[in-house]
Amino acid sequence: MRVVLQNLTKVFPSRQKKGEVVVAVDHFNFEIPDGKLIGLLGPSGCGKSTALNLICGLETPTEGKIFFGDDDVTELPPENRGVGLVFQNYALYPHLTVRQNILFPLQNLRGSEKLSKQEMEERALQAAKLVQIEMLMERKPSELSGGQQQRVAIARALVKMPRVLLLDEPLSNLDARLRLQTREEIRRIQRETEITTVFVTHDQEEAMSISDLIVVMKAGVVNQIGKPQEVYDNPVNLFVARFLGTPSINLFDGSVKAGKLFIGGEEVLSVPGAEDGEVTVGIRPEGFILKKDGAFTCTLERVEVMGRDTSVVCTHTSSLNDNIRAIIPAEDAADASGKQARFDLKPAKVLLFNPKTEERILFSFGEKQEAKA
Amino acid sequence: MIRRTSKAWLYLLPALLFLGFFMVYPLFDVFVYSVEEGYNSASQTYFGTGLYNYSYVLHDPYFLQAVKNTFIIVIITVPLSTAFALAISLALSSVKKLKELYQTVFFLPYVTNTLAVGLVFMILFKKTAYTDGMVNLLIQLFGGKSVDFIDGPYWAKMFVMCFYTIWVVMPFKILILTSALASVNQDYYNAARVDATPKWRIFTRITLPMISPMIFYLIITGFIGAFKAYSDEVALFGTDLNAAGMNTIVGYVYDMLYGNSGGYPSYASAAAVLLFAIVLTITCINLLVSGRNVRT
Repeated sequence: MRVVLQNLTKVFPSRQKKGEVVVAVDHFNFEIPDGKLIGLLGPSGCGKSTALNLICGLETPTEGKIFFGDDDVTELPPENRGVGLVFQNYALYPHLTVRQNILFPLQNLRGSEKLSKQEMEERALQAAKLVQIEMLMERKPSELSGGQQQRVAIARALVKMPRVLLLDEPLSNLDARLRLQTREEIRRIQRETEITTVFVTHDQEEAMSISDLIVVMKAGVVNQIGKPQEVYDNPVNLFVARFLGTPSINLFDGSVKAGKLFIGGEEVLSVPGAEDGEVTVGIRPEGFILKKDGAFTCTLERVEVMGRDTSVVCTHTSSLNDNIRAIIPAEDAADASGKQARFDLKPAKVLLFNPKTEERILFSFGEKQEAKA
Repeated sequence: MIRRTSKAWLYLLPALLFLGFFMVYPLFDVFVYSVEEGYNSASQTYFGTGLYNYSYVLHDPYFLQAVKNTFIIVIITVPLSTAFALAISLALSSVKKLKELYQTVFFLPYVTNTLAVGLVFMILFKKTAYTDGMVNLLIQLFGGKSVDFIDGPYWAKMFVMCFYTIWVVMPFKILILTSALASVNQDYYNAARVDATPKWRIFTRITLPMISPMIFYLIITGFIGAFKAYSDEVALFGTDLNAAGMNTIVGYVYDMLYGNSGGYPSYASAAAVLLFAIVLTITCINLLVSGRNVRT
């Protein structure tokens, strides 16, 4: 099911009489393609959960429209939208067994949709098998682990065959290992069912790893929509660049003069096409190449060995972060005893931003520049 | 280990002493009195021991009347007051405007003096030389015949009694149930809404099970409280409850001790022990029934 959001806006009235209103979602335009997995990503309080609740129908929009396929569902209450929702805390009914929990939505069906007992059992078992909990059917939610509860919640949302599946922070209550496992699981289930799925998360890694498309939100405004890799490589502004990637992007005060980028007086890269002036420079941790005669000189703090690769931690007077973190392949064995580390920069991993508007400043780079760097 | 346990006992000592003197010892004493025939508290003497006191009490028509009254009050008021309280709490939790005001109004009877409330009920129900009372005036308005609720037929007096009891015990139950309802996580209701659950089903399958521990608590304490009813009866019908035919078991115990026909601590003790047995039995049955149905 294709989902279209048109100018979707939600304004919450202020609690005080003369206080300011809160615009939780501000003119959200997006067409979710059929059968895709969408990650709504942003820091807490950015309005992503409100956006989800609007799609679900638990909140009514102040402005704008929502379409499921060609149906305008803006005015429909949640029960008539055919959505499945998985809550952050799962909201499994604690007094019912897993089987009863999964059966619950089916038992609500009335009229022509009403199923026989046997059909219900079959559907429930099918949903349970899909999330691989068919052996836990007689347990109570309190007798399940967090990951198992999560699966039951997904089964309960899927059993009525929703047109759209919505997941609100589905992994935030799980421990790190389960989180990895469960996100793969969500991806698998989504692929198998081909249900259009929207999930909300504040964890960029989670969103990047399983989404077909990610939507990055900030203070109710959509900043960027795109495939995870595209958004990572080509963020439209400083916020998106900072939000995506672990370790996060390294930021510096810099300036552009005659197509050359300067950081702290050193010429570090040629940036043809960029206008002269002050810039904020973002360098991805993987954008550093350790080199004895590199163009960019930093003060070496320490070297952290992580096995597959090595993390070189430095400081620099122009740096906007406390530390600079460069990730280099382990075989480039950094000399931890020195006082300085010198790097060359990969142009594709260097992003320039306007320090005032925080918008991206583009520059062209090709084979030639890269070879020179 | 031993030192630690002895320390623990030392800390418990004040509470244990207090409970021992004021709870366990009197309870034990009541049992002793109840088997001592013709015990006299002034001279501390008795004729002999045996079950005569029980036999006397169980053959006393006043006691049997008191048991009957108590049971009627319990059976009518406990379920009704709990059901009404639940209905009002549900209504309260769904209103937005003036919620605090309504909550205060419904809680007022709880902080109002029993005897003052009794007086108000007198005005509502009592027939005097000057007026038949508010309720009778209303009955007459609709063409009915006035009834003497305070000195009239048994059913009329019992009606007033139950009405009064329900009204008095409801505020506390409303308070408990509104807070129980408020503590149910909103996500359950949202989940039910998304799943198109009908209202009635939300109530029976989600709300009720979620607040069942509180309902159960109210039923148990309600039973115990209703079995110990006495002051409400005095407020409505005066101290001579036997004459009014509205005595309760606790009233009977009191009368046996201090009433006009009083001065019989042995009979009073036997009646008290019987009451204890009844309450114990009912509570055990309650626990057994709820053990199967209440979510813990």
